[in-house]
Amino acid sequence: MGMTIVEKILARATGNKSVKPGDVLEPAVDVAMSHENAALVINQFDEVFKGTGIEPKIWDPSKIAIIFDHRVPAESSKTATNQKKIRNFVKKFGITKFHDIRSDRGGICHQILAENGYVKPGDVVVGTDSHTTTHGAFGAFAFGIGATEMASVWSLGTVLNVEVPETIKVVVNGKLRDNVYPKDLILYIIGKLSAKGANFKVIEFHGEAIRNMPMSGRLVLSNMSVEAGATAGIIPGDEETELYLRVEGVHNSITPVLPDEDAKYCQVLEIDANAFEPQIACPHTVDNVKPISEVKDVKVDQIVIGSCTNGRLDDLEIAAEILKGKKVAEDTRMLIFPASWEIYKMAMHQGLLNTFTEAGAIIMNPGCGCCLGIHQGAIGDGEVALSTTNRNFKGRMGNPKGDVYLCSPAVAAMSAVTGFITAPTKGVN
Amino acid sequence: MGKVVYIFGNDISTDAIYPGRYMATVLPTETPQFCFADYTELNKKLNSKEYPVGSVLIGGNNFGCGSSREQAASTILGHGIVVIAKDYARIFLQNAINLGLNLITCPDIEADLDDEVEVVGDKVVNKTKGKEFSTIPLPAARMVIVEAGGLVAYTRKKVIAKYAK
Repeated sequence: MGMTIVEKILARATGNKSVKPGDVLEPAVDVAMSHENAALVINQFDEVFKGTGIEPKIWDPSKIAIIFDHRVPAESSKTATNQKKIRNFVKKFGITKFHDIRSDRGGICHQILAENGYVKPGDVVVGTDSHTTTHGAFGAFAFGIGATEMASVWSLGTVLNVEVPETIKVVVNGKLRDNVYPKDLILYIIGKLSAKGANFKVIEFHGEAIRNMPMSGRLVLSNMSVEAGATAGIIPGDEETELYLRVEGVHNSITPVLPDEDAKYCQVLEIDANAFEPQIACPHTVDNVKPISEVKDVKVDQIVIGSCTNGRLDDLEIAAEILKGKKVAEDTRMLIFPASWEIYKMAMHQGLLNTFTEAGAIIMNPGCGCCLGIHQGAIGDGEVALSTTNRNFKGRMGNPKGDVYLCSPAVAAMSAVTGFITAPTKGVN
Repeated sequence: MGKVVYIFGNDISTDAIYPGRYMATVLPTETPQFCFADYTELNKKLNSKEYPVGSVLIGGNNFGCGSSREQAASTILGHGIVVIAKDYARIFLQNAINLGLNLITCPDIEADLDDEVEVVGDKVVNKTKGKEFSTIPLPAARMVIVEAGGLVAYTRKKVIAKYAK
């Protein structure tokens, strides 16, 4: 019987000819990523070896990536101490894919993995972050795990007792409308599937709109697949994947893993890319998605552009085009977090940062903090945030008495100018 | 047996269980204080030990959705309370299993505040209502981790076997 992409990857990673949903496997890991929660992983890793008489040993330090991004620079002595503990561990065990708080290699973990070419088609990638799904954009099987599970991976190099998931095939036909972006597409899909619609399953993305989408957009789709509950969101590798990885300096051979023609899917969802306008995820669940024309008279106190979802160069370019020569509305504040320092510097060279500061926006340093309400950019009681980030749960942006709406960078920039949630209009400039 | 002390709706996120702003606190022994921190009354009663071990929280669908933070499992474990929900998000469920927190999956659960509820074998018995509800057991592959006493103990055995070779 034919296999889906995840089935093929898991067959390869376990040395099997074929696997099927429900099989219990122990796949070998190609990339194991953590951020500041490596502090807890280290704790659990030490626990594993405790009392065994065996010197703690990492299976392969070259396959571990650790990136500081959640609270950078540290907001408290506690975080700083955790970061110090991780640095010492990195040195002791010779972990090379380490990205400290530095403007020459830092940024948000998922962007760092992408722009350093750490993930290739067919890889098994685990990360102690739910948005590890991002790397499915490279045709890898990438999924989030907890800290104790990561300690197990560090010890053994495999993930224990993985059940092969079923796959939902999402086919996106046609072309997105003007002013409609990959973020709108994934919000639309999450609205259709619901927040638990893909729980324990993998989404495979196919269709003309996906094949014509640059990597930056594919990363958005895979990134937010987890908001429909998906274990992973995989996009078949193609010329675009290879081109992206070559530009990022990958010299090794790149072989896309493609599904068999007779692969078995538990569900097929066909989407007409031209059928919808910009989408908004309204408070307080990501599947509470509405077309922007139905979201009326929402005044916005804080606009945020950034995160592992939408802080890439093209996101900033789209925002800058809208903001050029304009001002952020008087009663609104705007925060921009480039997803990495690489992007920050490119935006600086292109003059985008000038456009933002002339408009009155604040340029923040790359990091996750604002998205999950742990480091800068908290909202006040009764305030409304409109954000290009990935979650709008109650309390997410640091305050359970505030509302978070999610949108594309174009909607965020347009709304910054008007002060209300506003659809972008081409030609408005 | 325990009393139902709180009833949640669907899609309770790990941000609700353990708000992000406390994520710098990582050690399982230190996380219980922030359990449901934004549910001020619930958090207060948990921390003042007003709810005895075995008290029950009822959840809807997709309990534990969102972030992979393991604190969301360790914070509940630390209070010795029982969670019975219709179903769970994947990472949260796996984290709970890995730490030895036994989450009960009961798709048809009916319970009101203060009902006396007991898990008996593969059933949830609501003694107050005089009704029984079937539970969905963990798959065998996950059950072995629970039976080993959590993933640390399970992995330790594998590590010993690996280096003994």
